[in-house]
Amino acid sequence: MIEAKVQIKNNAGLHTRPAATLVKIASKYKSEFYISKNGLNINGKSIIGVMTLAAEKGSELILKFEGDDEEEMAKEIIDYFNRGFDEL
Amino acid sequence: MSEKETKNNVQLNGLPASPGLAIGKAYVYQKEKLQIQNRHIINVEDAINELEEAIAKSKKELQKTLSLALEKIGESRAVIFEAQKMILEDQYLFDSVKRKIIKEQKSPELAVFEELSKYQDILKSSSEVYMQERALDIEDVKNRIIKNLQKKSWVSRFQSDVIVVSDSLSPADVVLLSRNHIKGFVIETGGLTSHVAIIARSLNLPAVLGTHDATSKITNEDLLVVDGFEGIVIINPSEDLLQKYREKEKKLSEFDNELSQLRNLPAKTLDGKEIILRANIDVLEELDYLIQNGGQGIGLLRTEQLFDLSEFPDEEEQHKLYKIIADKVFPEKVIIRAFDVGGDKFLPHGIKEKNPFLGWRGIKFLLDNRKIFKTQIKAILRANVNGNVKFMIPMVSGYSEVVATKEIIEECKRELESEGKPFGKTLPFGIMVEVPSTAVMAKEFAKEVDFLSIGTNDLIQFLLAVDRGNDIVSTYYQEFHPAVIRTLYHIIKLGKEGDAMVSMCGEMASDVKATPLLVGLGLDSLSVNPAHIPYIKKIIRNLEFSKAEQLANECLSCLTEKEIIDKIEKFFKENLLQISKQAL
Repeated sequence: MIEAKVQIKNNAGLHTRPAATLVKIASKYKSEFYISKNGLNINGKSIIGVMTLAAEKGSELILKFEGDDEEEMAKEIIDYFNRGFDEL
Repeated sequence: MSEKETKNNVQLNGLPASPGLAIGKAYVYQKEKLQIQNRHIINVEDAINELEEAIAKSKKELQKTLSLALEKIGESRAVIFEAQKMILEDQYLFDSVKRKIIKEQKSPELAVFEELSKYQDILKSSSEVYMQERALDIEDVKNRIIKNLQKKSWVSRFQSDVIVVSDSLSPADVVLLSRNHIKGFVIETGGLTSHVAIIARSLNLPAVLGTHDATSKITNEDLLVVDGFEGIVIINPSEDLLQKYREKEKKLSEFDNELSQLRNLPAKTLDGKEIILRANIDVLEELDYLIQNGGQGIGLLRTEQLFDLSEFPDEEEQHKLYKIIADKVFPEKVIIRAFDVGGDKFLPHGIKEKNPFLGWRGIKFLLDNRKIFKTQIKAILRANVNGNVKFMIPMVSGYSEVVATKEIIEECKRELESEGKPFGKTLPFGIMVEVPSTAVMAKEFAKEVDFLSIGTNDLIQFLLAVDRGNDIVSTYYQEFHPAVIRTLYHIIKLGKEGDAMVSMCGEMASDVKATPLLVGLGLDSLSVNPAHIPYIKKIIRNLEFSKAEQLANECLSCLTEKEIIDKIEKFFKENLLQISKQAL
């Protein structure tokens, strides 16, 4: 299992568009993907879950990846967070 | 027998949110409370099939709403339906719904209700407005699936030619309702600046808002008179009263025909003073009304209304839209106002302020978010290739804000130059005068800019210390307060001394009652709701400037609002009686 801490960097936060992209990326992989924020734990492949996080700029999230392709998955997703969802 | 008694000749009072007169049958539009029964499942497989069918049907319906929204209110406002569609496509969500059906033998509607409510509860516990709105998205999706499971139709299409009565309407409701021939709206909630009010005005439909007990007093099929000029609704009017309103309706339609003939004539007084009459634009659909009604361009383009600001649009997206608008009104001008966020308008990032009207608003927000500001200025400069674009900033309260903005504009020009992008070199620049400090220093501001545009909504509430959205003090929010009129006089006089054009784009400019006084105070230009252009033009064309000036002078020495209103009414009776659209 891989665990990583990320921070939301873009101004608008994890709103609808990046939430959709995030789920799309996660769905390409077989591994499980969970996101937690302040004790709330959701499935990262579920759009309603990611929307419910409504993570704004500056909030910290913990990502968990578990499965055969967890390394590639973690790399692509963490990278997407670090790019500020391409909105910087 | 209905549970409500039939009411006859009962009058309800509300806010005159959109002018006009409608007589027609009531249609009470209520979001039904869903009854969810934990009926026993006989066959799990059937239950799963039912669920799949209901989801597929919901998707189809939502797709329809989405395309309708795209057509009626534009891409940027339609995104609210995108989120709902995405929820319907959530595999993980529906896997857990299915598990509930299979393992716990719960009915599909109960399983959907329980699973979706879980997310709603999380969001509801948050105090962020943004998250609460998302909870409403989930509520809509949930109700839609459950309705489809219960094989009930989602009410969106009904008899035409009705007056819609409701406790509140969401943007989605308004979009769906607008495709029927609706005659008017009566809504229990909402103010003059609410979304429904704006859409009703732009669609030219009479609306009375804030009638607190409309849905409990009005029953389907009741005959209603909706007077959007006065903010009055009459339920099952007496024969006499109905006759009176029918005559009024007839006169109004004759009058409208007459007005349409003014389309290509200037807004010039009998003694030759010409007023530039422009329109305030919130949604693209209003452009057609503007052109149809013969407006001389756009006096206020509210850019914060054009886009979904949860993600600020990039330069290309903005440029594309501004260019379309500039081309559509060419050779007339369009005054583009920088994003005016904060106050009662959406503030991105979900920041909470104790007192948002005095908080991070307008130019203060823009100067602190330089990247957003510069992106917009560049898009505007580029849309000005044909030289018919002007630029203005909102909520200015100090001189240095203007100096800083001018520097940023120059910086943007240099950057565009080096990027090799074509743009209009001369961009007339102006400010909104809506904060008392700016009104006081109007002369110095006028010297620094090309034009001043008076925003009355904020100016009045700051000047009188009255929250315009607060029902309790609404009688103290007085457009014709003597201090307001004197302040307008002061701004116009000093503005001209400082060599700037002075116009008005606030709600007051659209108030026909104010037209003679505003012309008399010496405004060069008025920017009004597109639907009001013909009537205001007609008033101006029947006005003698010298008399209007005299009216203004008299009002400057009044001590109460009542004195001023009396003077205005007298003026209409003596000078404009033949064109009074309704008794003022």
